[in-house]
Amino acid sequence: MKLAKRHKPSATRRLLVILSAFVALIVIATGCSSSSSDSGSSSAGYPVTVTSGSGTVTLNAEPKSIVSLSPTATEMLYAIGAGDQVKATDSYSNYPEEAKAKMTSLSGLQPNVEAITQYQPDLVVMSSDSGSVDTIVTQLKALNVPVWVGPAATSLDDVYAQITQLGELTNHKKQADDVVSKMKKDIAAAYKDVKAPANSTYYYELDPTYYSVTSNTFIGAALAPFGLTNIADGSASGSDYPQLNAESIIKANPSMILLADTICCDVNAAAVSARPGWNEIAAVKNNKIVPLNDDIASRWGPRIVELIQQVAAQVKGLK
Amino acid sequence: MTASATLRTRTGAFLRDHSFALWVAASVFVFLSVIVFGAMFGPAGPAWWRVPTELVNRLPIVSAHSGMSSLDWNIVWEIRMPRVVLAALVGGMLSLSGASLQGVFRNPLVDPYLLGVAAGAGLGATLVFTINRSGTSSWPIDPLPLAAFAGGLLAVVATYFLSTGGSNERSGVKLVLAGVAITSLVTAVQAFVLQRNSDVVRQVYSWILGRLSTANWSDVRLVLPYVVLSAAVLLLHARLLDVMRIGDDEASALGTNVARVRITVIVASTIGTAAVVAVSGLIGFVGIIVPHVIRLVTGASYRRLLPLSFFIGGAFLILCDIPGRILDNPAETPIGVVTAFLGAPFFLLLLRTRKVPA
Repeated sequence: MKLAKRHKPSATRRLLVILSAFVALIVIATGCSSSSSDSGSSSAGYPVTVTSGSGTVTLNAEPKSIVSLSPTATEMLYAIGAGDQVKATDSYSNYPEEAKAKMTSLSGLQPNVEAITQYQPDLVVMSSDSGSVDTIVTQLKALNVPVWVGPAATSLDDVYAQITQLGELTNHKKQADDVVSKMKKDIAAAYKDVKAPANSTYYYELDPTYYSVTSNTFIGAALAPFGLTNIADGSASGSDYPQLNAESIIKANPSMILLADTICCDVNAAAVSARPGWNEIAAVKNNKIVPLNDDIASRWGPRIVELIQQVAAQVKGLK
Repeated sequence: MTASATLRTRTGAFLRDHSFALWVAASVFVFLSVIVFGAMFGPAGPAWWRVPTELVNRLPIVSAHSGMSSLDWNIVWEIRMPRVVLAALVGGMLSLSGASLQGVFRNPLVDPYLLGVAAGAGLGATLVFTINRSGTSSWPIDPLPLAAFAGGLLAVVATYFLSTGGSNERSGVKLVLAGVAITSLVTAVQAFVLQRNSDVVRQVYSWILGRLSTANWSDVRLVLPYVVLSAAVLLLHARLLDVMRIGDDEASALGTNVARVRITVIVASTIGTAAVVAVSGLIGFVGIIVPHVIRLVTGASYRRLLPLSFFIGGAFLILCDIPGRILDNPAETPIGVVTAFLGAPFFLLLLRTRKVPA
């Protein structure tokens, strides 16, 4: 008992010494880092503030080392000429070709703050695909790393807004405006005078187990002006990504089948035609099975124009 | 003794002597009726009453006019019927495997996935989803069921050899524990692989929830030989399982080669389970609950339990699949949800009203 009493204070004192040493180290470390960050050069037009999916983002200088955790945002950044400012991307940012050099094993779906900070980003861009996006944003903000979140678009206007914001943040406002106006022009041209005949329908395939999308999704909205009815609408499940029943697909007899599973699952027109019972479907009989690029179809980047043009060309031939 | 009393005694004796045959005949009748019943209902296709008429019409010699269009027949025969038959084979095989394994382990909590089949098949399927699938459609065989089948078998083989431990004796308890360990290990590997390939999460999830929704006749042809073979082996062991109910030592004393029975039943049920899991994904609940329901109703004899498990398990899964394809029309409800929703309350009701046989 006595022995313990005599030893206790000394143990506590030792602990205190160690603790205060740690505190001192931390103070020195943070002091150093904050003084070095002040030396960053500020360019014209900054500070810039935009309001994104994660709240307001303020940049005091043009970002030079962007970490992109969203393949869509990566495509947008390269389209507006900010590719050189991208330092690292997530493991799925495979477009454009020059972006592949920046690809890392970072995950956009389950982001790891420590892994992100090792690239010392001055801007992190991500989508809201990650379930833990709020946590990540809070953690990055606590580390004084600006975060911009571009949630999954539900309309083309969302796409334009996101491109414009990235333009403002990266000092490429002019190019971003050009990209948006070109997209608007091309999309308007693709929609112009292309109207499916009355009662035309389409089935949009996400994977070979018949997962589909309803008109409430971005892709549904992008295809709406063609006047086709989506056979997945009106599902009692209430999901915007329902798994359709094979009988219902055959009964619905879609005029057009859009395949967004050509890369993931190697589905093609021949494979669809060969499915038992599908030979009765109008789209199969009239060869209106349209293979899309999965990547374009699942993102909401500038390449959505290509998809709309591709579908427009097929809608023209519908009888 | 009056004539009617004699008749009653004779009927009683007949029922007692032939109760096995009667139970099996009744379950076969239910099984076949449910197959036809299952083919009658779906979100599309013809009016329900046309289906049995047309099925009769398609039989040789017989002719019955159903007035069914070729599109409707297409839906019934190419989409719905393979799904119903596959559900029958999957439900039957899982129930029979579950019942047999409960027998060799003398453990009512055993299900057909216990020794690692499900986890192994899941890992095999996950690996196929994560490889670059461009070009796989031109392969002569789809690698997905093959990998799932191989994964399931490998996991059980690993379980079996790991359970040897230091001695040559493989007790039931050791096997079960090794199965639990292998299942956790393989599941962890699967989670790791998925983490690194998050783009395939939806496909894997869809596989795990059951794949009856895309069934076609080639799936049926793929599993049929395995199911027939495994079912035959398991049914032939019913009498030995009855002997083993009294305990390993006692059964050995009676001249049963306990170790050989155990390994044969494990191999047969593993092959059957791996085959059905390979085409249908992981459908839970059937393999553990159906055998118990039958025990509660007809008693614990394996000679009766095993054939009934097959036929009633098949019928149960067909019935569970019907709301799955109708409720959310034109969308699907996962079959696993329906089996548990319909099966669990029914099972609890039986449990409350019946005496649990040993």
